[in-house]
Amino acid sequence: MGTSVRQSPREYNPLVAADEDQPALTAENLACERGDRLLFSGLNISLDAGNLMLVEGPNGSGKTSLLRILCGLAQPSAGVVRWRGEEIGKARERYCAELMYLGHNHGVKGDFTPYENLQIARDLAGAQSAVTLDDALYDVGLAGFEDAPARTLSAGQRRRVALARLLVTQARLWVMDEPFTALDTDGVMLVEKMLERHLAQGGMALVSTHHEVRVTEVNIIRLELR
Amino acid sequence: MSGATGVWGALGTLIRRDLLLALRRRAQVLNPLVFFVIVVTLFPLGLGPAPNLLQKLAPGVLWVAALLSAMLSLEAMFHSDFEDGSLEQLLLVPQPVFIIVLAKALTHWLLSGLPLLLLAPILALWLHLPNEAILVLLITLALGTPVLSLIGAIGVALTVGLRRGGVLLSLLVLPLYIPVLIMGAGAVDSAAAGLSVGEHLSILGALLAFAVTLAPWAAGAALRISVE
Repeated sequence: MGTSVRQSPREYNPLVAADEDQPALTAENLACERGDRLLFSGLNISLDAGNLMLVEGPNGSGKTSLLRILCGLAQPSAGVVRWRGEEIGKARERYCAELMYLGHNHGVKGDFTPYENLQIARDLAGAQSAVTLDDALYDVGLAGFEDAPARTLSAGQRRRVALARLLVTQARLWVMDEPFTALDTDGVMLVEKMLERHLAQGGMALVSTHHEVRVTEVNIIRLELR
Repeated sequence: MSGATGVWGALGTLIRRDLLLALRRRAQVLNPLVFFVIVVTLFPLGLGPAPNLLQKLAPGVLWVAALLSAMLSLEAMFHSDFEDGSLEQLLLVPQPVFIIVLAKALTHWLLSGLPLLLLAPILALWLHLPNEAILVLLITLALGTPVLSLIGAIGVALTVGLRRGGVLLSLLVLPLYIPVLIMGAGAVDSAAAGLSVGEHLSILGALLAFAVTLAPWAAGAALRISVE
């Protein structure tokens, strides 16, 4: 399985990229409760172009909840999340156009082939990259599996389909919840390479993980949840 | 490579996606239609072939069967997308959420309402419904079944995150279906008796306009709560 990541240029919208005065993603005083339990409170986050934020912490410490709040899928019990200075609830569509979320359930349809899955993701995305669907599937090591229903693929291969979604869209912010789950060592390296390239191009990423992420020349911010 | 798709482009993509998904799961689509046919054909067998009696019961039987068959397929509207995480991805599509609901309701109607329009005339003949009443039946189904899909979308959006949401879904949705049932069956009844059907059809039309404008927003808001 090839894990080489194609070095094709992915231009970002210059109008959007020019706004470098303030951190792109900020969160102030975030708190989250689940049932009676306070998972975290008073959390401040600021993430800028080229930064990788690693969210670490034991099981049940609220990593997934935090990522879902930062995506706007869940509401925090206190605090606000801002994207380029606007509250994400008010600028939802502008925010979603620059966001790709890879959750625990990665949303790869078992009835569709990897190719169809990617096609739909690309057609619905805010900005599409110049990478073709076939190239993206090749890059994630799924060449030859384009036409098999995703249901028949292994868990790791399905996750690779989800990863390919990141390649065919031009999101500035990647939010990845445990991206290394079910991946082999090759796949782990693939994710690391993808992250390196994304960040080098001025992207940003929020990753929750238990693994050490081996990326070079990247500004890593660590966020420890307890 | 084209740039960002507009609202209508996204609507088209979503409908194509769901139709393709239905094509891969044909049994799920056919079940409610087979149910509709079976329920309606059982009545003449159970009641005996007396044309007067069948004609009297036909509007109610056809409409009740249409309503129940629409309910049978409701749960599937968001269920598989919720299970595999696609619903989260759909909610993060940079389009208004009501577009997603509108696409889902429209697909549900294309697969459960539209086929009824084709099946109903044949079954109506089986129940000895006069020709002018069959025409009115088709009009009421054309106006009424989209309302069932749209109102249903609200109910499904509210219950998709619950483990045994099916019963709750029926309780939520059935009371809202009753006006459609009364107006639909009432119009066909009047037509069979040779009376005017204008009022019934106007009310059905009003219900449809009401549902098209409000249901996608309500269901969109419900969906965001369910996913949380």
